[in-house]
Amino acid sequence: MTEKILQYLILVFVAAGATGVVFTRNPTSQAIVVSFYGLILAILFFVFQAPDVALSQIVVGALALPLMILLALARIKKQGPKS
Amino acid sequence: MNYLPYAVAAWLFLIGLYGVVSSRHLIHLIICVGVIQSSSYVLLLSIGYKTGRVAPIFSDIPASTPAVDPVMQALMLTDIVVEVTVMALLLGLAVQIHKRHGTLNPDRLTGISG
Amino acid sequence: MTRAVRRILFLVAGATLAWTFFLAYSPMPPLGSVQSRYGDAVNAITVPERHITDAVTAVNFDIRGFDTLGEEFILFTSVLGTVLLMRRQKDEPAGDHEDKAPGRVIPRVSDAIRVTSLALVPVTILFGLYIVTHGQVSPGGGFQGGVILASAPVLVYLCAEYKEFRSLLPLRLVAVAECIGAAAYILVGGLGLVLGGIFLQNVLPLGQNGSITGGGIVALIDLGVGMEVGGGLSLALLVYLEELVEEKEE
Repeated sequence: MTEKILQYLILVFVAAGATGVVFTRNPTSQAIVVSFYGLILAILFFVFQAPDVALSQIVVGALALPLMILLALARIKKQGPKS
Repeated sequence: MNYLPYAVAAWLFLIGLYGVVSSRHLIHLIICVGVIQSSSYVLLLSIGYKTGRVAPIFSDIPASTPAVDPVMQALMLTDIVVEVTVMALLLGLAVQIHKRHGTLNPDRLTGISG
Repeated sequence: MTRAVRRILFLVAGATLAWTFFLAYSPMPPLGSVQSRYGDAVNAITVPERHITDAVTAVNFDIRGFDTLGEEFILFTSVLGTVLLMRRQKDEPAGDHEDKAPGRVIPRVSDAIRVTSLALVPVTILFGLYIVTHGQVSPGGGFQGGVILASAPVLVYLCAEYKEFRSLLPLRLVAVAECIGAAAYILVGGLGLVLGGIFLQNVLPLGQNGSITGGGIVALIDLGVGMEVGGGLSLALLVYLEELVEEKEE
């Protein structure tokens, strides 16, 4: 019974997290929101009995993807507003 | 409420698509493509899940315990790692676009010139 | 086409798509009661016949190993495209190896971050190697361990000066490691072709249940995939740190 409640709660959080990612317009703050969304997805995978997938998602979604976004933004800022 | 995962997968797809359509910054657009991709993860996960069963790892439970479908999880696993490298490629494209045209607004990037 | 027109068109298209989703998902069985005979068959044979206790690794590398080969090469090609895209073109001036946006002062990296990163580097590498080699025993495998290994160069970058970082981690070495990992998968498959007549056939003796030797060729493929994913992802991350791209021109 508690498992069902946990699953529904996490699904609602995932929907809310995705809405938050889309409606954050500034890419720098969006990188942080994407990291949080990746963590929520990892908890979703864990609750649905998929530990292998949750392992990948934690490292990729919370570490590699926001890092790459921030590095791309840093290079864009370095090139200046008009090249 | 047994159809909530399917509804969440459809919602993720639609909200990601809205983000792509109404985006003002190319990096924001790329991240919304990632949100669309995560909707397929939720769908695959909910297809493979069986009520009351455990994860398909048999190292500490007897080998005949009923377990969740492992084929769906195998599909999702490689998909997640491939997603991040495809995102790296897309972000590299965005950096080069900024270098050539000086702007990252999709509305101003229409047409090929020069 | 102005933004308002685009938004209205999207509302129409989105409503149609939502209606299509509703029609597609309503005849499906509710959550938790989808029949999957293939999954149950895999769960039944993976421990007694293949001697692998992690069913997901068994599906990825043993039962459907050929599909994973294709996915690994998607990763390889994407990393190749990223490296090609981020190469410094001939008309660009060489930077002074620092990320300086115009008119901004970079604060020095604090000592707490340096010490913590330095302490975490061996732990990360050891943990990544553990996950890679124990793929067939517990949750893990080549892909997961590879991404954990790929986060180690980032920690080194956080705690070292630029010159030391560049001498510690030559780009060439990482690229060679990635290529060796990708070639290892094909060579192991060729071994199956030569010895057994089928590409990627499991020709090594299936070891003991629940140990590293279980599963035959899965251990070798795991190491190859771990090297490839770790090398590829860290190559993509390193290429974004612009200083490392063109060694030949220095």
